[in-house]
Amino acid sequence: MKMSPQKRRLMALLLVLLPLLGLFAYVAVRSGPLAPVAVTVTTVASQPLSPALFGIGTVEARYSYKIGPTAAGRVKQLFVDVGDRVKAGQVLGEMDPVDLDARIRAQEAALKAARAAVRQAEAKVAYAGSQARRYEKLLRARSVSEEQVATRRQELAVAEAALAAARDEVSRVQAEIEALNALRGYLKLVSPVAGLVVARKANPGTSVMAGQAVVEVIDPTILWIDARFDQISAGGLTRGLPATIRLRSRRHQSFKGRVVRLEPLADPVTLEMLAKIQFQDEPRPMPPLGELAEVTLSLPALPARPVIPNAAIREVDGRRGVWRLSEAGLRFVPVKLGRTDLQGRVQVLDGLKEGERIVVHSEKPLSARSRLHVVERIPGVKS
Amino acid sequence: MISLAGRDILHSWGKFVFTGIGLGLLIGVTLTMAGVYRGMVADGKALLDNSGADLWVVQQETLGPYAESSSIPDDLWRGIRAMPGVAAAANVTYLTMQVRHGRRDVRAMVVGIMAGGPGDPGWPPHLVAGRQITRGHYEAVADIATGFRLGDVLKIRRHRYTVVGLTRRMVSSNGDPMVFIPLKDAQEAQFLKDNDAIWMQRRRTEANPAFNRPTVPGLLEAVLASQTVNNHVNAILVRLAPGYTSDEVAAPIRRWKRLTVYDRSQMEEILIGKLIATAAKQIGMFLVILAVVSAAIVAFIIYTLTMDKIREIAVLKLIGTRNRTIAKMILLQALALGAIGFVVGKIAATFAAPHFPKYVLLMPEDSLTGFFAVMLICVLASLVAIRLALKVDPAEAIGG
Repeated sequence: MKMSPQKRRLMALLLVLLPLLGLFAYVAVRSGPLAPVAVTVTTVASQPLSPALFGIGTVEARYSYKIGPTAAGRVKQLFVDVGDRVKAGQVLGEMDPVDLDARIRAQEAALKAARAAVRQAEAKVAYAGSQARRYEKLLRARSVSEEQVATRRQELAVAEAALAAARDEVSRVQAEIEALNALRGYLKLVSPVAGLVVARKANPGTSVMAGQAVVEVIDPTILWIDARFDQISAGGLTRGLPATIRLRSRRHQSFKGRVVRLEPLADPVTLEMLAKIQFQDEPRPMPPLGELAEVTLSLPALPARPVIPNAAIREVDGRRGVWRLSEAGLRFVPVKLGRTDLQGRVQVLDGLKEGERIVVHSEKPLSARSRLHVVERIPGVKS
Repeated sequence: MISLAGRDILHSWGKFVFTGIGLGLLIGVTLTMAGVYRGMVADGKALLDNSGADLWVVQQETLGPYAESSSIPDDLWRGIRAMPGVAAAANVTYLTMQVRHGRRDVRAMVVGIMAGGPGDPGWPPHLVAGRQITRGHYEAVADIATGFRLGDVLKIRRHRYTVVGLTRRMVSSNGDPMVFIPLKDAQEAQFLKDNDAIWMQRRRTEANPAFNRPTVPGLLEAVLASQTVNNHVNAILVRLAPGYTSDEVAAPIRRWKRLTVYDRSQMEEILIGKLIATAAKQIGMFLVILAVVSAAIVAFIIYTLTMDKIREIAVLKLIGTRNRTIAKMILLQALALGAIGFVVGKIAATFAAPHFPKYVLLMPEDSLTGFFAVMLICVLASLVAIRLALKVDPAEAIGG
């Protein structure tokens, strides 16, 4: 069949225009508000849930000892340095006695003087005693007056009192010497436990205050994590929970531990609960104190209930719920949620039944009138 | 029976269609430009929508948190939460920064969201992949525009965050994609100095005799510790309880808490009226120029098309065709040209839009307005050509 040139042209024109119109129609339907929203859906399944708590904290020694002088003074020498292992009772250093020895010598001299004073008083008592006895004999012979005898008796009593005072002075000076010697003993800085020196805060020659730490010793066998958990997700935090600890410097290695203490005081500023998590086995090499650690506590598994991914949860008009997909179409159903685990699965206490289909991910916010296009993966998401 | 216009188009349909496609590309650019403007506005609105808030409580006398910086203590939210009419209140921080992933870095707005659950103010309202944050630290939900994938490890300041979820169209008013991280980490990221700065600060403090006093051991440590804490956030997002208006709730907060409060319409006014106003005007100006240029080109094309067949028109007049028929032919051709141009333009704009780095929103209303504008311009342009055609002397058909 032979077409007229006019018809051929018409055909050619339509060949160009029709695809163009088709494309236009496609564009109009597939983009803009008329376009269907790509969503992924899941079926609500009943599963047991193992909730877990996640917190961070720092490595600390359970026991640390700050060793310093009991009186202000100057550090004379230190025998240990940071990193040294020490035994219980080991002398770590010494304070400079400064004038202590001289004070002890002065007190010793004072003791000698006091003893001399005792001897002098004894001599006085002996003389006064013999005088008193002599005058009494003379009184019996009526050679002296009664008054003279009384004077001698009084002199004896005074001498005896002076002797007692001199003896007390001796014990006072002795006590003083003992005190100074004791003080001298405290000039030695002694470790109360076997441990590790973690800080040496003053060097020989430094003056320190009474009570200021010179050397810090820890017990390296008992390390724990001073961990913090946000109060909002810390339900179920109790003593004895098993923990997995990851240190910042050893991210790919995990350590086992256990909650040994739940602090009765929470932090009101940061809204965190505090717990101490002890390592089950001492990590080797020892992590530095103060290193950041991530702690995951496993709570006991909960019985099976309907479980949904937390990405499905939406807030619509102040109510929390999910978009349910059924024969009747898309509907927003408010739900009551229970516990959640770290993988983002949430228990549904009320509002959804097992086997119902819900929207998990969506390209855009949904409404009851949204046209849906169910996909495996939202376009544009790279695996 | 094919009309005179149709016959003429068929006569040189190739030329006609290609002229239409060329015109279409020009219209496409104009539509895209309108889309760029709409996209900017939509970005601003998306920012407000995604925050899930009805009220924004910010530092007094600031336009925070998006248009200006705002800083308020992070324990104020408790007082706000206890005010009547407040259904939910949450701290939030916003910080635009470079987020490192491997060797590249991406400009992103890091949003610190308060611990809670999906659906809380500040949390991403919906995801396109993965899950919401469950750990209180070191997890992130990133926008797909950052190019991150699930499981990627990002570096923000000195911490590493694992991407657990992806969002779409969660952008700042500048169009920077958002990265959501837990609030405590974000506070640290926002106010934390780099390590060198911290060491220098420590040395400076140590050198200051007022803080480093030998007679007061422990003072220096206390001062250093106080320098590294931060408990400020940028804003508090408030959601209203049912039955309360935003004014009812905002007024007591303004009065008694001495903070500035914005509601949705005020926030839109700030974002669209102030933050993107200049850029929007810039684009608006460009749009006007493009529209004028397009109109001129359409007029010119139709004029040229008519001029090309001025001889044929003269012949038509010579054989006694009515003026109306000629005018109708030119007008119909102009309208057909406009229609082809519009269709091509719409298709071109739709396919080009996703490739723009920032969001381009093609609104059906804009397309409709565009269609009528194109048709109007075609009609106006054809009037010039019609006038020319009607004035032609039939003698030209034989004379020339």
